[in-house]
Amino acid sequence: MSSPEAASLVRRRSTILARFGHEVNWGDFVFRRATAFVALFVIVALLAMALAMGRSSQVSLAKFGLGFVFSRDWDPVHESYGALPFIYGTVVSSLLALALAVPISLGVAIFLSELAPKWLRGPVAFTVELLAAVPSVVYGLWGIFALAPWLRDTVEPLLAKFFGFLPLFQGPTRGYGMLAGGIVLAIMITPTISSVSREVLRAVPGALREGALGLGATPWEAVRFAVLPYARSGLVGATVLGLGRALGETMAITMVIGNRTEISTSLFAPSYTMASVIANEFTEATGQLYLSSLAEIGLLLFLVTVLLNVVARLLVWRVGRLPEGGRL
Amino acid sequence: MLDAYRRRKVTDLLVRGACVLAAVMAVIPLGSVLFYVAERGISGLNWAFLSELPKPVGETGGGMANAIVGTLKLVGLACVFGIPPGVLAGVYLAEFGHSRFGGVVRFCADVMSGVPSITVGIFVYSLIVLTTKHFSAWAGGVALAVLMLPTVTRTTEELLKLVPESLREAALGLGVPKWRATLRVMLRTAAPGIATGVMLAVARVAGETAPLLFTAFNNRFWSSGVDEPTASLPVNIYTYAVSPYEDWHAQAWAAALVLLIMVLLLNISARLLVRNRVGAR
Repeated sequence: MSSPEAASLVRRRSTILARFGHEVNWGDFVFRRATAFVALFVIVALLAMALAMGRSSQVSLAKFGLGFVFSRDWDPVHESYGALPFIYGTVVSSLLALALAVPISLGVAIFLSELAPKWLRGPVAFTVELLAAVPSVVYGLWGIFALAPWLRDTVEPLLAKFFGFLPLFQGPTRGYGMLAGGIVLAIMITPTISSVSREVLRAVPGALREGALGLGATPWEAVRFAVLPYARSGLVGATVLGLGRALGETMAITMVIGNRTEISTSLFAPSYTMASVIANEFTEATGQLYLSSLAEIGLLLFLVTVLLNVVARLLVWRVGRLPEGGRL
Repeated sequence: MLDAYRRRKVTDLLVRGACVLAAVMAVIPLGSVLFYVAERGISGLNWAFLSELPKPVGETGGGMANAIVGTLKLVGLACVFGIPPGVLAGVYLAEFGHSRFGGVVRFCADVMSGVPSITVGIFVYSLIVLTTKHFSAWAGGVALAVLMLPTVTRTTEELLKLVPESLREAALGLGVPKWRATLRVMLRTAAPGIATGVMLAVARVAGETAPLLFTAFNNRFWSSGVDEPTASLPVNIYTYAVSPYEDWHAQAWAAALVLLIMVLLLNISARLLVRNRVGAR
């Protein structure tokens, strides 16, 4: 053991270790690097996604430039492409979904974290989370055969009758269209918003709540004046997270929104979203420019959702780190 | 004074009522979806559906046996490609993740979990389908694995952090090197919880359609191996639902029933698994 070769081996090993870290065990040395290498994959995958999409959309970026975002043309025959109808459809359907889903999700979150009796919390939370488990395409199927006919025969005529003076509720009622899309999206993002909001409300220190109740506030007043102000940024974050989901949602909305490249103020009219046009036309796209334009729409979608996610995470993350002034 | 008090009480009651209403409204769509899928799915479901290939367009009958097998194949591939790297990356984050690099990985995983599944489809298309020049089951598996990766990573990390430090200290105190303590003690203790997280992730990707449209594509026949275009239940539901044929609509409902049973079974059993363990402690 004490031969000069062994001694030099030991010395070499310790110089390597001194250079790379403090481990004293080869196993640990390898283990740490190996897992770090795999973890690097996560970063590489995200960057590769951005890169791959940037590269695929190069042709369209070079040809249309910024005008791509503002052009209303989508004409494969004449090779003229603009993303405006899809951006409009995506934005409006997502905003509609938020308008429907945010009040309901906040209600659910407040109910589950503050007001509901203990025995009811588990089952209700479980059911709402199952909503997130149903595959998108099944919502789409349900949307085609259950939601759209109901909207066409019952909801839309009623809306037209009472609010028909608004440009939002004019035109023929077909069931398929912006309204159906918005409703399906709302159903799909409700579990996201409500479960994140619930986590945020849970992170609010109990002392705030108890302080308000101790001063004689009703349970709602405690929520309104003690809990909600503290949780505000987190709740906004939950909403932004829901918005990100809505923007990227593909199958369900493709199946009910009608897929027409028109821009109409009416919620009854068919529309088209960025994700839908990719889903519908990507495999059939002939010609480099066509494919590239679709890829550019994908790139835009990717960048916007990544940005929204970053913002949302920062907002949610902040709630757990606000000054607490003594937690019980 | 009394009046103000009463008003506050009434407001409180009204808001509570609104919250209950919100909870009810959130649950109604689930009830409706389950009802429709069960009712129409059962009437479309028969032995031929489960055991036969699709018939040519225009002929009634036939089934989706290839799509059922295809979905299992795709999900299996996703597990092979997605779980090992996800777990290892999670181990890194839990054990060595206090560094700046760890923070970046964690952040990227969170951002990645919000990336639309359709863009993952485009990504894998340009990465694999364009290189190999054909659609294939393994391209679909990779797309689903990319979707699973962030969830598996973050779940593994969270659950490893829940394991009591004293277990690790006991192992280290016996002279076990750190890597063995992590793999044999920490990871094994956290395994049931990680399994739950993985099952939830699998249940989620099993129903994904968008990333398969231009990776695994579709196939009206059996596909052999993993290098051919492969049918899957979600893609078939989409194709059949938007078709003009009555018969196909019935089959789409039956496929939705089969898919929903698969997904919900995975999902619910995963949740029950974790609940029982928590209850037992």
